[in-house]
Amino acid sequence: MKKIILILFAVTLSAVFLTNCTQSGETASDIDAAKKVYVAPGKYDEFYAFLSGGFNGQVSVYGLPSGRLFKIISVFSQNPETGYGYSEETKPMLMTSYGFVPWDDAHHPELSMTKGVPDGRWLFINANNTCRVARIDLKSFETAEIIEIPNSGGNHGSPFVTENNEYVVASTRFSVPIPEKDVPISSYKENFKGTLTFIKVDPNNGDMNIAFQILVPGIDYDLAHAGKGPSHDWVFFTSYNSEQANSLLEINASKNDKDFVAAVNWKLAEKFIAEGKGKKMHTVYYNNFFDESTLSAKANKLTSVTVLDPKDCPGLIYYLPTPKSPHGVDVDPSGEYIIAGGKLSTVIPVHSFSKMLEAIKNKDFIGDKDSIPILKYESVVAGEVENPGLGPLHTEFDGKGYAYTTAFITSEIVKWKLGTWEVVDRIPTYYSPGHLCIPGGDSEKPWGKYLIALNKITKDRYLPTGPELCQSAQLIDITGDKMKVLLDFPTIGEPHYAQAIPADILLKNNKKIYELEKNYNPSAVKSEKYARVERKGNEVHVYLTATRSHFKPDNIEGVKTGDKVYFHVTNLEQDWDIPHGFAVKGANNSELLIMPGQTKTILWIPQQEGVYPFYCTDFCSALHQEMQGYIRVSSAQSSVKISFN
Amino acid sequence: MKTKSRILLLAAALMLISLYFFPIWNIDLHAPQYPEGIGLRIWVNQITGEKKYDLSNINKLNHYIGMKPIEPESIPELNYMPYIVGSIILLGILVVLLKRKKLVIGWIGIIILVAALGLYDFYSWGYQYGHNLNPEAPIKIPGMAYQPPLIGSKQLLNIKAVSLPGVGGLALGATILIATAAVVTDKKGKPDDAK
Repeated sequence: MKKIILILFAVTLSAVFLTNCTQSGETASDIDAAKKVYVAPGKYDEFYAFLSGGFNGQVSVYGLPSGRLFKIISVFSQNPETGYGYSEETKPMLMTSYGFVPWDDAHHPELSMTKGVPDGRWLFINANNTCRVARIDLKSFETAEIIEIPNSGGNHGSPFVTENNEYVVASTRFSVPIPEKDVPISSYKENFKGTLTFIKVDPNNGDMNIAFQILVPGIDYDLAHAGKGPSHDWVFFTSYNSEQANSLLEINASKNDKDFVAAVNWKLAEKFIAEGKGKKMHTVYYNNFFDESTLSAKANKLTSVTVLDPKDCPGLIYYLPTPKSPHGVDVDPSGEYIIAGGKLSTVIPVHSFSKMLEAIKNKDFIGDKDSIPILKYESVVAGEVENPGLGPLHTEFDGKGYAYTTAFITSEIVKWKLGTWEVVDRIPTYYSPGHLCIPGGDSEKPWGKYLIALNKITKDRYLPTGPELCQSAQLIDITGDKMKVLLDFPTIGEPHYAQAIPADILLKNNKKIYELEKNYNPSAVKSEKYARVERKGNEVHVYLTATRSHFKPDNIEGVKTGDKVYFHVTNLEQDWDIPHGFAVKGANNSELLIMPGQTKTILWIPQQEGVYPFYCTDFCSALHQEMQGYIRVSSAQSSVKISFN
Repeated sequence: MKTKSRILLLAAALMLISLYFFPIWNIDLHAPQYPEGIGLRIWVNQITGEKKYDLSNINKLNHYIGMKPIEPESIPELNYMPYIVGSIILLGILVVLLKRKKLVIGWIGIIILVAALGLYDFYSWGYQYGHNLNPEAPIKIPGMAYQPPLIGSKQLLNIKAVSLPGVGGLALGATILIATAAVVTDKKGKPDDAK
């Protein structure tokens, strides 16, 4: 009996112990993870991470390891919160040869590099749909320039940079007739072409210009990466649909055993251009700049591009056969290994750059496609990673001899060793990772501390929010032999790729305010004494100042229905983190959010008589609610004269 | 006077040159919203912010309590103070050349007088700014004045104002001390070349 009581007691005790454990739900390992991602209040994260917004067209800025969201940078999509794409100053940023395009699908953020290492000057990102590349200034975290890519059907394989930003590259996902013309879709093989675009970046101010385009056989080009070190002069582009199918690609483009990685020698391309092999081609595209001094954008229409045809340029491109419908192509930090994610392949093929050069020298070709030599697979492959999981997509590196590949179908990240090609660790992700990001993980010197898995499917990971769920990122510690998940954090839009950089590199250049004395916006009003209202025909220009806690003027009369009223609002503050907002009742476009020293303009066309309030939308001060005004709108026939105070 | 004392005196006089390069007085304001700091620097010839836009930002904050904006160009003392300091330096050099202890004591007296007047002037400007408030100010607290402390710290609503001598002010103090030391130590020895 005593024994039974003892046993019962022991069982009860252990039950109590176990319940305690599960009630708090934390294991020692969880507590360790929590410590690693805990950034104490008021302390800074170690890294900035830039996540593409995918279908929201923007870039979001997170801190690592905390996973805290700091900002959404407006790039390709209008943002009524700030007035981006609505204000007169920013509307030209979204001009294209298809007119004003207020949205896009942004996939791949790419940090500018110096000597193969992210330098923190700019972030490039592609627009997949209406083909564009944007450059974001990392002093202000604002979009500085957008260039349209002509002769492209879909700008997916973009914007990957060479080691010193010599070029930002772009490849077309959809081949199309070049130049565009009205032809039957079934004439794909005969009429459709692809382009690989090389954008020159001015090393001083970052200005982008299309240096040249290479006309390539009409297949689907997918992703790219530039070489490093010994392979510095080369860029590698993946492709699929070597079958040249134009319908039901999931079947018809999955037939061939191997597709291609295109290796392009850009140094040689420069030589061919210098020799005059490039042909000027008429086309229309836009290059839009945000001028830092006027704080406003200009849209420039361009009409010509230089095109190279591989037929005239022997040695410019070689095709490396690669199994099977490869997606990502990633170059290891040494520049020797070129890793392709054959998404339908059972192995990860790794090409060797030195073997590729040798094979080219020996003319080890198995044929050609439209005059582009196809190298022999066995002659260029360095090894194959066996059992890498199904659906390998993208690879990044830790700088310590290991590569990390996402496997979409088996929903895991696989760690393997460069050189031996053996898998050394694997970790499940939730669920189905697309890209992954290690800070500097595609550069010569990765900061191999964390890895972010950018998962495509979220399901049950967070509190559900109806059918539409957030996307999920997972932070993984890669400092030990075993990978370890530290944190899940929800993300904005649909991040495809992300890049991260030590915060210190950006912190030292961070802009706090726009200096009013350097604001050369022609509509700026730098002192309240110049605040005024002017009528020019049916246009009314309101030169408004905003400062704590009032607008000047705040009573405006003499506006008539149908007038085009331009509110030019200057924030006179020169203090850190004192933005002002501007909103007028019935605005059909957006409000404005104006940073200290900035001027923004919004157009308002009142249709009905009455008195309309306007007010500050950013809680700027204790008397923010008092920061308001009225604008009187009279009938079109009225004789009320412009007056203000 | 002994050579050693004269060298000390010359050093004391030349030390005043630092007033042209460093602020005489610092007023630092501490408030929750200004982790990066905000403050005023009072120089021999100007008033500036601790950082480029601090003065205008302080004026912007002060308008809520109805304080007049601080406009350095409206403070005439800032125009002639550099000449007074310059004259004191020249007088100091002259005194070193003349080697007369009485003149030295007189020179020290002048410095103390100017410093005292300067402090009084600083106090009265502070008094004026702190007390002559616009009756239409948004924030009115009966009995509340916003005069910064002459020296030390004081809580003014949400802002703690800390007022302390700057490098220039400390140099001025050092000048007085060194010059006095030169006189005192000179007593003990015989004059090198007493007449």
